Amino acid sequence: MVNWKLILSIAKTHLLTKVKQTSIAALGVTFGIGAYITLVCFMTGLNTMLDNLILNQTPHIHIYNEIKPSKTQPIDLYDELQNSLNIVHSVKPKITQKKIHNALPIMDYLTNNENVMAVLPQIETQIFYIAGSIEIGGNITGIDPIAEATHFNLNNNIIEGSAEDLNVTDNSIILGVGIADRMSLKVGDRVQLSPLDGGLFPLKIVGIFQSGIADIDAIQSFTNIKTIQQILGKPKNYITDINVKLTDIKNAPEMAKQIEKQFDLRAIDIQTANAQFETGTTIRNLITYAVSITLLIVAGFGIYNILNMLIYEKMNDIAILKATGFSGRDVKLIFMSQAMIIGFLGGVLGLLIGLGLTSFIGTLPFNTEALPTIETYPINLNPLFFVIGFSFAMISTFLAGYLPSKRAEKIDPVKIIRGQ
Amino acid sequence: MKPILEARHINKFFRKPVLFHVLKDINFTINKGEFTSIMGKSGCGKSTLLYILSTMDTDYEGELSLNQQLITGAERKELSHIRNKYIGFVFQFHYLLPEFSVLENVILPAKKLGEKSAEEIISDGHDKLKILNIDHLAKKRASQISGGEKQRVAIARALINNPAIIMGDEPTGNLDSYNADNVFNIFRQLSDEENLSLLVVTHDEDFAKQTDRIITMGDGRIIS
Repeated sequence: MVNWKLILSIAKTHLLTKVKQTSIAALGVTFGIGAYITLVCFMTGLNTMLDNLILNQTPHIHIYNEIKPSKTQPIDLYDELQNSLNIVHSVKPKITQKKIHNALPIMDYLTNNENVMAVLPQIETQIFYIAGSIEIGGNITGIDPIAEATHFNLNNNIIEGSAEDLNVTDNSIILGVGIADRMSLKVGDRVQLSPLDGGLFPLKIVGIFQSGIADIDAIQSFTNIKTIQQILGKPKNYITDINVKLTDIKNAPEMAKQIEKQFDLRAIDIQTANAQFETGTTIRNLITYAVSITLLIVAGFGIYNILNMLIYEKMNDIAILKATGFSGRDVKLIFMSQAMIIGFLGGVLGLLIGLGLTSFIGTLPFNTEALPTIETYPINLNPLFFVIGFSFAMISTFLAGYLPSKRAEKIDPVKIIRGQ
Repeated sequence: MKPILEARHINKFFRKPVLFHVLKDINFTINKGEFTSIMGKSGCGKSTLLYILSTMDTDYEGELSLNQQLITGAERKELSHIRNKYIGFVFQFHYLLPEFSVLENVILPAKKLGEKSAEEIISDGHDKLKILNIDHLAKKRASQISGGEKQRVAIARALINNPAIIMGDEPTGNLDSYNADNVFNIFRQLSDEENLSLLVVTHDEDFAKQTDRIITMGDGRIIS
């Protein structure tokens, strides 16, 4: 039976009479944990932001009709030449339609798949922007504005106006910021669009769009899918691209393969499109954890050192305690609880300091062209980090306290008492 | 007469640095209420014997009984409990825990024993301090009182659990003659009035002469 009240009161007295050493040991933990929380919240905040930058704006699977030379030439099908080496020079792709054949049934089919969260049609085409005498070539994408806003955060990149405006206004357009600047256009103005095969369509500007990539902003604009079908003079089933968002991004590669096979279309999954991106995230996480763990290990050595010194100073006390009937286990628990109290106080203080620093960083202005909607540094206040930080504080102080306490348990009182 | 402490055929060897036979076939009995002193030249093994009797040193041959119960071979945890409940200690140098108040020092073993409530233990502590005429020091830090006072506090601590026997390792060895007399008188009084058994190792012949019985040791044996 362990008398915890007594053991804790002895531990408390020891700690209170050595306030300076206790606080230094606790501060070691505090800085370790505080730095861990700050680092991990800040780094994962940045990571998440960068992830979202790419992942939330990239379809998980992008389906389109690719113009490419046929892999099999007629000669390959001729049985009699099967075992010979056939070389066909200057293979050229065949002209095919840009639109996805049977796009609407394919979309219906995909929507019914349980792994699919949303299926978004798009029409991409080249176009000339005309305002007054200026003529600029560019791309226009016909979209379903509301669906794009909900599933791919379109609004994050619209610096004036909104996707909803595009939805409710007939013959409207959201213009890339680069085009708007070059043609001195602003929201409310009109811009004329001319498709490659002629014609002139005036559209009302309801928004300005900034992706953060200047080359894109200088050519790209968005309009309603119906508007673009009218401009191109195409029927309602004319769709050039289908973007799929999945419930679980991990299914993307497999599903992309299946779609390619089933529909004879090109389907690119997000992992293939952004392979190098994952690597960056992993390495940033690795650095964060390496630095934090180093800090905590240093703090652990501090505690180990201070407890060792404390036990050395308290040899006489340990001998007296043992002589008056305290068991080795009691003595061990006295010193263990000191370590744990140091770890607990230091850990809690560290969490608070981490929270404070992180919140402070969260208020610092952070302006970047790439992210027009973000104004302060992104932070990620995940409660899990606080749980991990606190557990690490307790575990490292436990380990740091265990060895010295074990030594105190083994001290032979006779040797100490007779030694003087 | 009821025997409190019995030693039968106690043998002890020091293995380092060379094998050395310290205690050779020690046999004796201490009865209830007896005030016994152990005398002998330095290095004759009297302190070694005391620490074996105190249960702190378990590395010996032979048998040891306390209150007519064999304690040789008991587990460490049990021995701690026996020390806590039945044996009180007074050392030459090792007095008190310096960070704690005088009262806390006295009642620590009682708290460890945990047989009484906190209020009872505190009132017991004050009683013991009163017996030794140092109740006015109760609230002081143990590091702030004089050597003679410290030794009296240590005696109060030894008494707190009403032990079967008090053991002392030259309890007056580090005190001036005034304080030494004082400590002796306290022991004498405890023996006479409370019928407490005492076993004290000492160099001080005057001290030994006034005890009920003197065990003299030489070369690891009891001479008389």
